Amino acid sequence: MKPINPMTLTLFLLAVLTIGGCQTTNSADPSGNLYEQLGKRSGIADIVEDLLYLIVEDDRINDHFAGIDVKEFHTNLTDQLCNVSGGPCTYTGRNMRESHADMNITDTEFNALAENLILAMEENGVPSSAQNRLIERLVPMYPDIRNL
Amino acid sequence: MRLLALTIVAGCLTLPAVASADVGSRLWATGGVTSIEGSAGGGLSPWALLNGYASDEEWGGTVTLSRAVTDDYSLDVTGAGLTWQNRVELTFARQTLDLDSLVFPLSNAGLDEDELTQDIWGLKLRLIGDVLYSPWGQWSAGFQYKKNREYAVPEFVQSQDETGTDFYASGSKLFFAAIAGRNLLVNGTVRATKANQGGLLGFGGDKNDSYEAMAEGSVSLFLTRQWLVGVEYRQKPDNLGFAKEEDWWDVFIAWVPDRRVSVTAAYVDLGEVADIADLGNQKGAYLSVQASF
Repeated sequence: MKPINPMTLTLFLLAVLTIGGCQTTNSADPSGNLYEQLGKRSGIADIVEDLLYLIVEDDRINDHFAGIDVKEFHTNLTDQLCNVSGGPCTYTGRNMRESHADMNITDTEFNALAENLILAMEENGVPSSAQNRLIERLVPMYPDIRNL
Repeated sequence: MRLLALTIVAGCLTLPAVASADVGSRLWATGGVTSIEGSAGGGLSPWALLNGYASDEEWGGTVTLSRAVTDDYSLDVTGAGLTWQNRVELTFARQTLDLDSLVFPLSNAGLDEDELTQDIWGLKLRLIGDVLYSPWGQWSAGFQYKKNREYAVPEFVQSQDETGTDFYASGSKLFFAAIAGRNLLVNGTVRATKANQGGLLGFGGDKNDSYEAMAEGSVSLFLTRQWLVGVEYRQKPDNLGFAKEEDWWDVFIAWVPDRRVSVTAAYVDLGEVADIADLGNQKGAYLSVQASF
């Protein structure tokens, strides 16, 4: 058998994946608008609601959420994700560094929240590509939340 | 040892509910898989990721069984690893290379050996950064101490030492939504080594007995958070006069259904290996099953 050149194989693999990926993206949403892929504000509100249920059940982080005003938190986080994803919302909560300054959030806790957000998006049928795009836009908040 | 690991793997597979709460908090697949030398990485090369899922307040570990079957050889690897607080990774691997096709030529040379085997102890330190959250990625350094368990064949082909230590530095970075909304994981490693065929043929040789820096790397794409496909490349030294040593590469697909288990399959090309009998390029299949706890 003639040996396969690794570079050729890489390009082939990437080409196959890219074509496959584009087809999925096109059928889901031709404009690639993240806000719409998340189901607009009502879809985001559903995701945040499921996220809150997951947080309450999660012993790694539920302490940090004890005693919060759930309705206010839900509204603020929904507005924030709506805004971050390019939707017509204004986030009126405190800035991330300020609101997490005294919480000593660890990597374990940060990962736990990220995991719950991903699970909440999955529960709401958000496609992988939209999940990844939203997380890409949230990751810059990592140093603020960890107070680094 | 192999039986023990198999029992543990089987146990983890059949007791998901018990294990689930104890597997660490890092996100899925951020422990990579177990490389053939035991360190967390791809199949052939260590990555900057630490094995298992321990985050900064946790312990974690892995056990792994791997097998590569090429045209004329088969390599079995049993591995285990521990990670402390996503900072330090300690690993052990035992490699056994079956020499089926070489038994006759070796016997003609007066060597009654049917396998090459070595133990590898590895230590890796995450120096800085996080593969997901740091713009500059995650950076680690480590070493692998390797010791041949049977030295007759390596000595016969002019290897200079039955023990050796590889030193390496690795960088890993995940680019979110990089290609069609999929996440792209890039790894690069530089390794200082004297190992022949990863150490299975000893360390140093008649042609060269000095440390040399070798480049290794991989690019892989998460199709979903459970499926990862990619290519890997590992440059190799060429220390022994009896046969030319060639670079390794592979194409792999890994399935990470959740944190407790991963399965990796690959097509590997190990070049010409110990080619004293005109065996040609060693191409074949690789399969690895890892359980995390």
